[in-house]
Amino acid sequence: MSLRTPLGKVLGRGSAGEGVGHWWVQRVTAIALLPLTLWFAVSLLRVSLQSYEAVRGWLAQPWVAVSTLLLVVALAWHSKLGVQVVIEDYVHAKGVKTAALLLSTFVHVAAAAAGIFAVLVLALS
Amino acid sequence: MSERPLSPHLGVYKFAYTMALSILHRITGCVASVGFLVFVWWLMALASGPQAYASAMTCLSTLVGKLVLVGFTFSFVYHSCNGIRHLLWDTGRGLERRQARASGYFVVVAALLVTALTIWCACRAMGFSGVAT
Repeated sequence: MSLRTPLGKVLGRGSAGEGVGHWWVQRVTAIALLPLTLWFAVSLLRVSLQSYEAVRGWLAQPWVAVSTLLLVVALAWHSKLGVQVVIEDYVHAKGVKTAALLLSTFVHVAAAAAGIFAVLVLALS
Repeated sequence: MSERPLSPHLGVYKFAYTMALSILHRITGCVASVGFLVFVWWLMALASGPQAYASAMTCLSTLVGKLVLVGFTFSFVYHSCNGIRHLLWDTGRGLERRQARASGYFVVVAALLVTALTIWCACRAMGFSGVAT
């Protein structure tokens, strides 16, 4: 016998009210990051990194810029979800926990914005 | 409320190798998160122009900078390798004790090899002496 209400079954959500969204997005971003990080490392490490011109020229290529944008977004998202779980597991004082979660969210959104902005500046100027 | 009974915590279990790999996944994840911030800082330096980029590269080329980069590299690689192990577990495979131990050893060896390879490639790309082409 299931104790779940018919409406709860339809919505597919648990008692936390958010269902498996967090878990699922963590997996989706993880799968996205495998090819993205592999490509990024293999592609970047063939460029002469001490040369500003070389790195800039590499990043300004359309597909490199798009892939780097995707990498920044996927990294920020996956990292935000992971740090959130770590804070929820180890920080028990309610006020400190809320503050830490808020700080983590702000830092991740700011980092994502900066990363996206940097790639766009390099690709479009 | 603070006097509520707690379920047995980590101290009651005999230490197993796979436990260390499990917590290492979290630690490397946190280190990789810091690595992401440094990556964005590097991108911003690149977007800010040749001088900012040069000083960022000077900073990363110091001994401390190199050690930090090695730490980030290992963390990213280990977290990725062990992440694949987690994704495999999510499909219901490899959960038997023998399988989980074997995949654990495989992940550590693979992570160390890929880290070494990445560092070697990075040294070439950064033009450090000794491995320059």
